[in-house]
Amino acid sequence: MAEAKKLPVPQGNPETAPFWEAAKQGKFMIKRCTACGEPHFFPRSICPFCFSDKTEWEESSGEATIYTFSLMRKSPTGPYAIAYVTLKEGPSLQTNIVDCDMDKLKIGQKVKVVFKPTDGAPLPFFTPA
Amino acid sequence: MTIKGKAYIAGIYEHPTRHAPDKSTAQLHAEVAKGAIEDAGLTKADIDGYFCAGDAPGGLWPMVDYLGLKVRHMDSTDTGGCSYLIHLGHAAEAIAAGKCSIALITLAGKPRTGPMPPRAAGAEADFEAAYGATTHNAYGMCAMRHMHDYGTTSEQLAWIKVAASHHAQYNPHAMLKEVVTVEDVLNSPMISDPLHRMDCCVVTDGGGALIVTTPEIAKSLKKPLVRLIGHGEAMKGPRGGKDLDLTYSAGVWSGPRAFEEAGVTPKDIKYASIYDSFTITVLMQLEDLGFCKKGEGGKFVADGNLISGVGKLPFNTDGGGLCSNHPVNRGGMTKIIEAVRQLRGEAHPKVQVQNCDLAVAHGTGGLLGVRHAASTCILERA
Repeated sequence: MAEAKKLPVPQGNPETAPFWEAAKQGKFMIKRCTACGEPHFFPRSICPFCFSDKTEWEESSGEATIYTFSLMRKSPTGPYAIAYVTLKEGPSLQTNIVDCDMDKLKIGQKVKVVFKPTDGAPLPFFTPA
Repeated sequence: MTIKGKAYIAGIYEHPTRHAPDKSTAQLHAEVAKGAIEDAGLTKADIDGYFCAGDAPGGLWPMVDYLGLKVRHMDSTDTGGCSYLIHLGHAAEAIAAGKCSIALITLAGKPRTGPMPPRAAGAEADFEAAYGATTHNAYGMCAMRHMHDYGTTSEQLAWIKVAASHHAQYNPHAMLKEVVTVEDVLNSPMISDPLHRMDCCVVTDGGGALIVTTPEIAKSLKKPLVRLIGHGEAMKGPRGGKDLDLTYSAGVWSGPRAFEEAGVTPKDIKYASIYDSFTITVLMQLEDLGFCKKGEGGKFVADGNLISGVGKLPFNTDGGGLCSNHPVNRGGMTKIIEAVRQLRGEAHPKVQVQNCDLAVAHGTGGLLGVRHAASTCILERA
């Protein structure tokens, strides 16, 4: 899906604009709460764990491991690998694994972030490290 | 306060259609409403509460008007396929609180005739929409991880479809009536690894409806008495990505709440209606409800254990969503209806569970691998 069809343009909003601004610089940002110390993704202004408003942007290493995946074979735009990956910093997130041999993907495999262009801010995907 | 025994299901109706290009969605709602009202032996004027979800065109305002209802209580909670299990619990609460005395719950739609409108976007849209999560691959991701963590196999998942097909052969309205084998399931095309085509439910037009009422009114009617004695509801999502675990559902919370309220345990259950959007949905929910330990669902469902008259836990004796009907891609309504048929003794004789006095109807709604709700209803023959 990542390559086969035109990617949607992130709409953004005041809460998430810094994420998309950083993405334009090739940086993958997460949020961390300075009250409870927990990182989270996708970014919120109020911590989803302790509900403190003391959350800060933090650049992620972009390094992750595959938690699970599925190869979507019945798609009008061609097969694609949807996955959850777990960032080195802790949070897990939904993504596609791209630029890879999909039949060789494994749970636990190391992957890294890669940005793909849209007509607006680029979108993050992951690819084997 | 408890809802235990304070509400009875007095009317049920499942639309016999599985393909309705010649009807409107509102019309299907009206037809199932009429069916359930007549099953209860009531009239439309008796209805004073109405419940519908996202499948009802335009929501409460147009539906109440279109159906010509005059209600004093209404609820449009939408949690996807389990909405109607939640509605049943909420109707019992409303009846126990005196807010209404005869509630109507309807579900209807036509996804087989044409595609359903997309869901409204949530706060996560920019961070997820591009990745193409669908029902197939979201449940596929759950199955993939369950296999990784617990050694669950495709053969074990296939037994769930096999059991459903054994039941569907006796349902004249079932979309798929052919009995299938484990090999048939494994040989069907891979849709989204590790789920094969036969691990997936059918897509059907149609619907169903319920009438929920007070003990006094139910006892004044002619149908065998079926009452709600426990109800639970819960929600689960990735919650900021912390400690992601896709091998369990929100059923781990809704189930215990319902069983505790009912004062029974999974061992007491004679029949189980378990939402079967996919085979993995059934396996995970049986674990989450406590019919077996987490991770042992594969062994539990194998070798016909879910087949009525063969195994220890007869499930989805109408053929379920895997073989019979999955109106509007929302399985909760038909789960309640078949449980009531079993408790009334109105299931097909070939699949009727002997002395069926206690049943569970359970389902999830949304995407099991992303965000979903779950609801559990414990039903008893009174």
